[in-house]
Amino acid sequence: MKTVLNKLALAVGAACLWITPVAAEPLKVGMITTLSGGGASLGVDVRDGFMLAVKQADNPDLEVVIEDDQRKPGVAVQLADKMIQSEKVDVLTGVIFSNLAMAVIPSALQQGKFYLSPNAGPSQLAGRGCNKHYFNVAWQNDNLHEAAGAYVTETGYKKPFIFAPNYPAGQDALTGFKRFYEGELAGESYTKLGQTDYAAELAQIRASDADSIFFFLPGGMGVAFLKQYKESGMDLPLVGSAFSFDQGILQAVGEAAVGTKNTAQWSKDLDNEANQAFVEAFQEEYDRLPSLYASQGYDTANLLLSAMEKADVNDADAFRAALKEADFASTRGDFEFGKNQHPIQDIYVREVVKEGDVYTNKALDVILADHQDAYVDECKMK
Amino acid sequence: MTFTLLLEQLLNGLQFGVMLFLMSAGLTLVFGVMGLINLAHGSFYMIGAFACAAIATATGSFWLGLLACLATAAMVGVLVERLVIRRLYKRDHLDQVLATFALILIFSEGTRWIFGSFPLMLSVPDSLSSTVSLFGLFDYSRYRLALIIVGFVVAVGLFLLIQKTRLGVRIRAGEADREMIAVLGVNIDRLYTFVFALGAALAGLAGALVGAIQSVQVGMGEPVLILAFVVIVIGGIGSIKGALLGSILVGVTDTMGRLLLPDLFASFMANKADAAATGSALASMLIYVLMAFVLIFKPNGLFGVEGKA
Repeated sequence: MKTVLNKLALAVGAACLWITPVAAEPLKVGMITTLSGGGASLGVDVRDGFMLAVKQADNPDLEVVIEDDQRKPGVAVQLADKMIQSEKVDVLTGVIFSNLAMAVIPSALQQGKFYLSPNAGPSQLAGRGCNKHYFNVAWQNDNLHEAAGAYVTETGYKKPFIFAPNYPAGQDALTGFKRFYEGELAGESYTKLGQTDYAAELAQIRASDADSIFFFLPGGMGVAFLKQYKESGMDLPLVGSAFSFDQGILQAVGEAAVGTKNTAQWSKDLDNEANQAFVEAFQEEYDRLPSLYASQGYDTANLLLSAMEKADVNDADAFRAALKEADFASTRGDFEFGKNQHPIQDIYVREVVKEGDVYTNKALDVILADHQDAYVDECKMK
Repeated sequence: MTFTLLLEQLLNGLQFGVMLFLMSAGLTLVFGVMGLINLAHGSFYMIGAFACAAIATATGSFWLGLLACLATAAMVGVLVERLVIRRLYKRDHLDQVLATFALILIFSEGTRWIFGSFPLMLSVPDSLSSTVSLFGLFDYSRYRLALIIVGFVVAVGLFLLIQKTRLGVRIRAGEADREMIAVLGVNIDRLYTFVFALGAALAGLAGALVGAIQSVQVGMGEPVLILAFVVIVIGGIGSIKGALLGSILVGVTDTMGRLLLPDLFASFMANKADAAATGSALASMLIYVLMAFVLIFKPNGLFGVEGKA
């Protein structure tokens, strides 16, 4: 009898162990993103996309704290310290700009926190500085520009004029472009960061024998350039990366953007279930079309939620392994991590079109399939 | 490098310059007459652009938008002067800088609150959206040409206002000796409000005109504000003539620098990409170098008055 009881107790005990949910401990996420100042529209989209996924999952164990870095590295560092030390967050996310990423991410990693980047992908963190607690859910900075280079090569343009603002991400853009376009250039030019008048560049392009234009001008700079380009009367084909053509700024550019080509890892009309559900839910919730950034925020949250299903964040190795599986339905369709924990994904060419009253992007073709960044071999991680 | 390219860039520089003039005219008047450093001047630029974009989108007419922009910027100018600025005239410059900096934050976040974080749509009116052939040499944008003309018309108008009208006499007198003209029975409060509103309206006009070819977004005024300060330092604080000359100098130097410097470096540097990066980095410093040079030879600016700065 005693042995039977013992056995029973053992069985009950084992059953208890068995049914204990893996992620009983609540997980706290700190989101530090840009919600005021010049780059606010990007941060707002990332936040809204992220929170949409959180709301849909309705997981009581997930808590999110949101703060605004005002696009200032100093503020971002302070907020990160506060979140780690007094809020005791387990995972950090939210960074939009690469210079802020370099200020915040390495020190957060040193303190043993996980970082999921929903946007910035500086090359330093993809190559030698890769880290087992750092995951990039968007792209490595060069990726979309590389695709633009590939597109220009494939289309058969012989003399593109290329330009970008004179700062690290701008230089990476032109480097990325040239990695996949090896032909002749009609000209190469760096503009001032934040410049809003492109008359000088336009005159230079007009005077050169360019047959196409590649540019990287995120946010308001792109709006200004596109309007001035249209009004200059030139009609060379324009190629850019998604950053100058995201949903938020297309309405401000209007007619001037129609017909231009841009490269992106996501488009609102990608034909997969997760994406269609996302686009619909986002419109329902916020009454506007989602942008690239919103899709990245949404994917980041879903990645995190998928890992929470499988492992407890306090077991760092198990949690890392769960993240690395990327076992979630991405809005981009296929999505996996390379060994440096940056995405391997398809990159598309999109065309700006007008649908009713709204300017938006339409995906045309995959230009780089299962594309991985150029720095992965420098990463010593397994 | 062809002659037509140079000529076209000269026009571009001129256009950039006259728009800077609209911005700096108000700034220099307010500083000259009231002795006030107004950092919030860039906010009027932004307010003008947003008012124009909102009304142009609602009514479909750019010209109505332009009217709305002038009215809104002037009205906000009056309000700000009455409620805040008036208390600052007697304070020292540090207090003025602090208070007007606070105004920047209030206006920026207020605008974001009303219009959201995304840039607004404002297009060039159809009648000006094409190009016009100049001297049979090259096609130049009609709109930019119109901007140059508007800029010079405003400059002449301001000059006449200040030199030829009774109001202008009072403004000049206010610049020379504030207490004295108050004692002589001029309603100095009303004069100050008028000058401030005029400056605000001009900044708003610049914002709307430039907004049509750039991006109407929160924070668009601050980069221009910095340039406007460079202009009035070069031109001499308080001088409209100086502001005009300074604006054109800055506009042309900046535009020509961006064109010529990268080529200059490319002529003796082996690596083309490096030459482009170095040249453009130097080009963006050029106007500050210009400012430094002017200040070495003319510490009060080109048309500055001794002891005023």
